[in-house]
Amino acid sequence: MGSLSGWYSGPETGMQASNGSVGFDEAALVERARGGDDAAFEGLVAQYQRKIYRLARNITQNDEDAEDVLQDAFLKAYTNLDKFHGDSKFYTWIVRIAVNEALMKLRKRRGDKLVSLDEEIELGEESVTREVAVWDGNPEQTYSQDELRKLLDEAIQSLKPTFRSVFQLRDVEELSTEETAEALDLSIPAVKSRLLRARLQLRERLTRHFKRKGDDAFAFL
Amino acid sequence: MTRLLSCKQFLTELNAYLDEETSPDERMRLQNHINECPNCWVVVDTTKKTINVYKGVEPQSVPNDVKERLMAALQRKMAAKRGGC
Repeated sequence: MGSLSGWYSGPETGMQASNGSVGFDEAALVERARGGDDAAFEGLVAQYQRKIYRLARNITQNDEDAEDVLQDAFLKAYTNLDKFHGDSKFYTWIVRIAVNEALMKLRKRRGDKLVSLDEEIELGEESVTREVAVWDGNPEQTYSQDELRKLLDEAIQSLKPTFRSVFQLRDVEELSTEETAEALDLSIPAVKSRLLRARLQLRERLTRHFKRKGDDAFAFL
Repeated sequence: MTRLLSCKQFLTELNAYLDEETSPDERMRLQNHINECPNCWVVVDTTKKTINVYKGVEPQSVPNDVKERLMAALQRKMAAKRGGC
């Protein structure tokens, strides 16, 4: 595929931050892309494709769907670039498009059964704080990136879609509560309650892996 | 006189505490609970670490074949736009 413009074979890892990273000026690229500079749009794709692919995989739980979401999101963004007025960051906008595409995929794959993001959530008695043990050092130093990613992926995949999506947007993609609510079409209190449950459930699962040896789990509440 | 929080009350405020979205008085109430309750201290500490470990891990690279198909689809879309389709 060497005949393609080749931007994607360049180093992505040097410019990963979604905002303000050295050598990457999102606003300037968006402006150029809106003016018809396709290479500038390709620069935006190069910058964000990893994050959008991760987001799509985490929501859909399916590689094939994730690829479709990745393509559809960037193609829609390209087609509708004239409708993007810069009220939010391009990154927030593309995340929102990708979330919509991913949720549609999820609904389709589940036979159009409702994938509800707005069911009532309570911090019930089936406590999500049964594992109360300190962690053994720093997981980033104990595990390789690949091992750690696998553990984190398994933990996040165990969450219900509603918790997974909220955690992904708030804590991984670092959208604000308001941006997350808008992307997922949820109320702000709904985002907050889901985030609490998601964080506690993930904490619970990761503690099983990372707790200090000899620290027994015990019921908390 | 500050009323003591139960662990369950503390947990419902955990995100506000972690995200620093509390008033100074409320934060002090929550902090007082953590100071007195080792279990809640552990929950706060390990929840913070949970969030940080997710933030810290690099996303996996997009597989090359997936990138190539994305690029090809984009090139087709761009060519169609240039051609006025």
